[in-house]
Amino acid sequence: MKTNHVAVVGAAETTKLGVIPDMSQLQLHADAALNAMADAGLKPSDIDGIATAVETPQQIAHYLGITPTWVDGTSVGGCSFMLHVRHAAAAIEAGLCKTVLITHAESGKSMIGKAPRSIPADSLQGQFEAPYGVYGPPSMFPIPVLRYMKTHGITHEQIAMVAVVQREWAAKNPRATMKDPITVADVLNSRMIAYPFRILQCCLVTDGGGALILTSADRAKDFPNKPVYIMGTGESVETPMVSQMESFDHSRAFRVAGPQAFKEAGIAHKDVDHLMIYDAFAHLPLYGLGDLGFMPHEETGKFIADRNTAIGGKLPMNTNGGGLSYMHSGMYGMYALQESVRQMRGIAPAQVKDAKISVCHGVGGMFAASGTVIFTNER
Amino acid sequence: MAEAARARPKPTPETQHYWDGAKAGALLLQCCDDCAHVYFPPRPFCPTCGSRKVSIKKASGKGTLYSYVINHRPAAPGFTPPYAIAVVALEEGPRLMSNIIDCPQTPEALVLDMALEVAFEKLDDSITLPLFKPAKG
Repeated sequence: MKTNHVAVVGAAETTKLGVIPDMSQLQLHADAALNAMADAGLKPSDIDGIATAVETPQQIAHYLGITPTWVDGTSVGGCSFMLHVRHAAAAIEAGLCKTVLITHAESGKSMIGKAPRSIPADSLQGQFEAPYGVYGPPSMFPIPVLRYMKTHGITHEQIAMVAVVQREWAAKNPRATMKDPITVADVLNSRMIAYPFRILQCCLVTDGGGALILTSADRAKDFPNKPVYIMGTGESVETPMVSQMESFDHSRAFRVAGPQAFKEAGIAHKDVDHLMIYDAFAHLPLYGLGDLGFMPHEETGKFIADRNTAIGGKLPMNTNGGGLSYMHSGMYGMYALQESVRQMRGIAPAQVKDAKISVCHGVGGMFAASGTVIFTNER
Repeated sequence: MAEAARARPKPTPETQHYWDGAKAGALLLQCCDDCAHVYFPPRPFCPTCGSRKVSIKKASGKGTLYSYVINHRPAAPGFTPPYAIAVVALEEGPRLMSNIIDCPQTPEALVLDMALEVAFEKLDDSITLPLFKPAKG
């Protein structure tokens, strides 16, 4: 992919975030999409490319009144939207379409118009994981963490600091769900969910959505808001079964997607001003820092505990408060992308001063998939 | 554990041999005849080299505790929390998910890299589930 040839020209979340009992999941998609179109000054008839996950592209296109010439229904979990950005950028470059709308929404809390997730008994997961009592992401996603801690010498207190620091960021975000300060002791004394993780190390469960509009960088200057350019992207998948990861010491999908994005962007880690690492659970930022190559895994816990990713730190990370404190509808990747775009536009509630490059890294499933997008506000 | 409601695996043509083996008290892996890779879960080809020439291989049943969580909530049907969901590293190389029986479900008792051995728990006439327990001696 060429660097900075495609830009985000529209970006918005749903009008409300949190608990939204008066909207179905489908309408949340539309609410986010209409807000993004308003942000870009576009109508549905201006959109000729559509990408979404879980809901089908045909559902979203028809509901919004869009007739696309390019469609992407990649649905690999919460990072699907990072992959959509990558695919959309390639499609725009190839001339398959001009203006792409990417939507996400999830009635994750209110469960209105949302199909429950289920594991078929004759799938591999149904045969080789479900019988052992896995029941939703909290029982599965943390399974690798004890091994990771032992291999890399990470402490419970260091992982608790992920939640503490992100709550500090959330306090600066009026739309964040949880804003009250917490301490390491609060985290380590909160209700046990799946040892070693307690509730303050698990993501929120909320309703909401978000949408992005992408077009070529050459057209981007004609839009009302500051364009945010796609510098580099990466993607990969590993396995839908957490038990079958090649190692718990790292994520293979992270290790493929992250470095690919850095290579495409042609940047070094020291060039990164702002970082988002999808935090469905508190260990993910540690995996991300290591697998994206910011530092050896052994140093990730201390790096966070020493407040390097906190307000005023040298690598501001998850500046909306993350899935732990901002919001998490189930597929959080879209909200990480929205925060990167806000930071690059210079309009984030907790704005990182003079930030020029933002890395946004997502996970899908339980380390099953990964997508990385690197943004810049300079062409 | 209240076993009645535990999720029941439903075998497919590619996995039937594994479940037949478990019913007969054997933990079965597969081995590639061409590249000697030993793998799990079952499939009629080697995921390393793509060869369809593969054989069924009986595992020793010995392994070690690779990682785990102790699930408190929400509990899966048929389980009484807290219960450990573990990943066991088999002596032959592959890892698989399981539960650890005959052992307190506590961080103190569940020590990473502890030696384990397979145990079989009959769920019904068609399904027997491989579980693991601390190895003797």
